[in-house]
Amino acid sequence: MSQSLFDKIWDQHQVKTLEDGSSLVLIDRIFLHERTGAVALESLHDAGREVLRPDTAFCTMDHIVDTLPGRSDDTRMPSGKAFIQATRQATQAANIRLFDLNDPQQGIVHVISPELGIAQPGLTLVCPDSHTCTQGALGALAWGIGSSEAEHALATQTLRLIKPKSMRVNVNGTLPAGITAKDLILHLIGRYGAAGARGHVVEFAGPGIRALDLEARMTLCNMAVEFSAFSGIIAPDEKTIAYLKGRPYAPSGDMWTQAESAWRELYSDPDAVFDSEIELDCSALSASVTWGTSPEHATTVNGCAPDPQQHARDEQHRAAMQRALSYMAIAPNQPLRELNIDAAFIGSCTNSRLSDLRAAADVLRGRKVADGVRAICVPGSMSVKRAAEAEGLDAVFRAAGFEWREAGCSMCFFAGGESMGYRERVMSTTNRNFESRQGPETRTHLASPATVAASAVFGRIAEAAEL
Amino acid sequence: MTPFTQHEGYAVALLQPNIDTDAIIPSREMTSVGKRGLADGLFAGWRYLAGQGRTPNPDFALNQLDDVSILIAGPNFGCGSSREHAVWALVEFGVRAVIAPSFGAIFRNNCVRNGVLPISLPESSVQALAQSVDSARADDCIIRIDLPKRQLSTATGMALAFELPHSDHNMLVNGLDAIGLTQQHSADIAAFMQKDAEVRRWAQLSRSAISR
Ligand code: SF4
Repeated sequence: MSQSLFDKIWDQHQVKTLEDGSSLVLIDRIFLHERTGAVALESLHDAGREVLRPDTAFCTMDHIVDTLPGRSDDTRMPSGKAFIQATRQATQAANIRLFDLNDPQQGIVHVISPELGIAQPGLTLVCPDSHTCTQGALGALAWGIGSSEAEHALATQTLRLIKPKSMRVNVNGTLPAGITAKDLILHLIGRYGAAGARGHVVEFAGPGIRALDLEARMTLCNMAVEFSAFSGIIAPDEKTIAYLKGRPYAPSGDMWTQAESAWRELYSDPDAVFDSEIELDCSALSASVTWGTSPEHATTVNGCAPDPQQHARDEQHRAAMQRALSYMAIAPNQPLRELNIDAAFIGSCTNSRLSDLRAAADVLRGRKVADGVRAICVPGSMSVKRAAEAEGLDAVFRAAGFEWREAGCSMCFFAGGESMGYRERVMSTTNRNFESRQGPETRTHLASPATVAASAVFGRIAEAAEL
Repeated sequence: MTPFTQHEGYAVALLQPNIDTDAIIPSREMTSVGKRGLADGLFAGWRYLAGQGRTPNPDFALNQLDDVSILIAGPNFGCGSSREHAVWALVEFGVRAVIAPSFGAIFRNNCVRNGVLPISLPESSVQALAQSVDSARADDCIIRIDLPKRQLSTATGMALAFELPHSDHNMLVNGLDAIGLTQQHSADIAAFMQKDAEVRRWAQLSRSAISR
């Protein structure tokens, strides 16, 4: 019988079906972070339970740690220190590999897991973080879970799941020069809505996807959750195999040969059936940006905000649009390029990898950030940071007027510590433009690294093509 | 976990679509490592007047009725971050059920794991329910839920049936602990893992072999 990529991975991991209609699914890797890791481990311990296979579990410090140089356990997030120290203790007690504050491999979970070869094609990988879907870019079935489910996975090496539905997004054509996976995913969510893939495992396929490098694929899969997908996944190909070769936790020697042949079987059969399919041509896309407070509020940089009177589907949609516009302080039909910005942020598990930093640096080289704009670049991992410094990107960012930080989630989200200012307008390479996501009542516009860099230079929403 | 069978309580409506978990419990309110002490921060960005500490915002639905235990919400409720704190805060506040056209998937699972009943109903029914509790009389805002019968009814005379996957139903009605349930299958899991370790040798991690 013909199977999709997802069907194949599912079948390899289904331990058994249960009386209640769910399945027990084997979990190959569990990744924790300091925001929820300690809660899960402590609660497990309090219930008198143990981590079944500590060798399959990993933990990083990314959400709460500071990203300022010279950082320590004393983070700016109120009570952050308690999270950091509790995580250190709990992972030590459970014998789980922790990428601690000063570890050269520390970084954002969804950046370091692929980078270290922990995520691999055909594996199931879970993490109590919704952007775990990022790692589907390698052909893993990777998804975000809650804290109780993390405990379940740690204690039993399985999760109880009802098999999600499947969707395929076929991307035809090739992206125009300067247009990126970020522009593509924002366009997709803008067109099909933030609930467009509700509960589905979304396979991104087609020539437009095969043309993307692995880091771009991660950007794409990262925002599958903003599309309400259960996860995103891309079939492994030669690029995936080349990417993983030699990574610290990837198989080596004989095991590598075995892995390679197993990975080459991971694709959707030609006549595999999906619950739904979307066709998209990416060859005419332009730079995307969001105007509102949901990732579906996406349009092009040279576009205008919508007019609720004209563009709303119904009364409820009209009210939501209206609310978003007034929160963002944007008038109906206002051209987005008119909007002056207060800050620019380049980082997060969406866009903080070497290729992202290169794209931004290409825009910034020989230029300066506009007066009054606060600009920050936070590499996704210490490895990315070192690689960027080795090719002089830090100097480009600094010369342009950007802060150059240590690795972590940083101002992707506001937790009471460091943040963007009250009601500031921020161009950001992150994935969520929710109310107050980056600071008190901040107005976040999501875009690609090149678009954010260009906007920083102009001091308003702008695209790199304007330079 | 508290079993969920019948529940009767006051309901309010928060119908805007895509209410995310950051809105349910803002990150800045998650200041303790544990699962408690979160109720105060529930919907903090909306429940309190901006810049005035904990002064309740009289316009926010949850401040207009006491002892609310049922939320009627818009589509995609609980989307966004996976933080289980959103459900812990709801539980601590006293919420036992959320009725919405659709839910964020992780949030929905988190509800079931914590004894909160997520009820999905068509958007028109959710709106009708919201209208029926849109009343100055607290008694009109009561909704009665019978989980074993999968029915709910309002004080104003509406009655609706809902569906729930059998697995969720089982866990909620019996207040079951998922880990304990799964551990009853330990032998099968161990056997599966053993076979898997032979078939997918490449996928196994052996600590000593890993270069640190
Ligand atoms: S970078 Fe942002 S979205 Fe990604 S894991 Fe960190 S907080 Fe979450």
